[in-house]
Amino acid sequence: MDFSKVAGKNNKHKVVLYALSTCMWCKLTKQFFEENNIEYEYVDVDLLEEKEKEKVRKYLQEKGGTLAYPTVVVDDVTLITGFRKDELKKVLEL
Amino acid sequence: MTTIEAVKQRAEADAKTFGYYLTPDPVFLQGLLEGLKRNEERYGYPSCPCRLASGKFEYDRDIICPCDYRDPDVQEFGACYCGLYVRKDVYEGKTQLLPVPERRPIEKQARAYGTQLVETSSQHVPAAPKQEISKEESARQRLWYCKQCGYVVFREEPPYICPICKAKREMFVEIRAHLDFSG
Repeated sequence: MDFSKVAGKNNKHKVVLYALSTCMWCKLTKQFFEENNIEYEYVDVDLLEEKEKEKVRKYLQEKGGTLAYPTVVVDDVTLITGFRKDELKKVLEL
Repeated sequence: MTTIEAVKQRAEADAKTFGYYLTPDPVFLQGLLEGLKRNEERYGYPSCPCRLASGKFEYDRDIICPCDYRDPDVQEFGACYCGLYVRKDVYEGKTQLLPVPERRPIEKQARAYGTQLVETSSQHVPAAPKQEISKEESARQRLWYCKQCGYVVFREEPPYICPICKAKREMFVEIRAHLDFSG
């Protein structure tokens, strides 16, 4: 699966964003990372092939997540669903 | 092909009819309208820009904007899931617009994944979901009527204004009736 990488000075944590290309809350999440110089990678799930969408579903559900977007996975462990600024700040130590 | 203007007019008309407002943030609004337009172009119907659609009408019916979850979400959280429709106090800036948790059942969300795979890889085609109101749903939904014009609606709470005569919510009275969906 191709993730788009966005460079940033702050690469303390591995940040992966599962997003939808049409979703404004996902756009706000991307903006938030960029404003805070967070290095992250993302995938717009709606633009993926069916097989890959299914992989995302399995992955998120195995991680105990829901299927709502945006979902941010920090360091492969912490899942944050929805654009929850306070939670993101806490986990990313901002 | 639809235009942003057409999508906006439709949303504005719907908001006006039911006593809602569109999000006051112009950038946020523009983004949502573009998302709705994009979905209408690729799926044939304006499904929620913040939810993954399957592209199959029968699976996506409940998330076509205005979605089935708008009324209870605006009532409880001040905005619908994507934030397009908001309550008056949110529109006026008295209440902050915060992310709305997903109310759509997970089994419905999961239908957006792998449906095409199932159909192409085997003979087994999943049956289209029945349009039934679950027991849980029917327990929450009630019948209301507008004392001014007699309009009747089946939902959790009465609308903010009557879509027919524009009477205020206070004019709605619950109709006490026993509904049996068990057949």
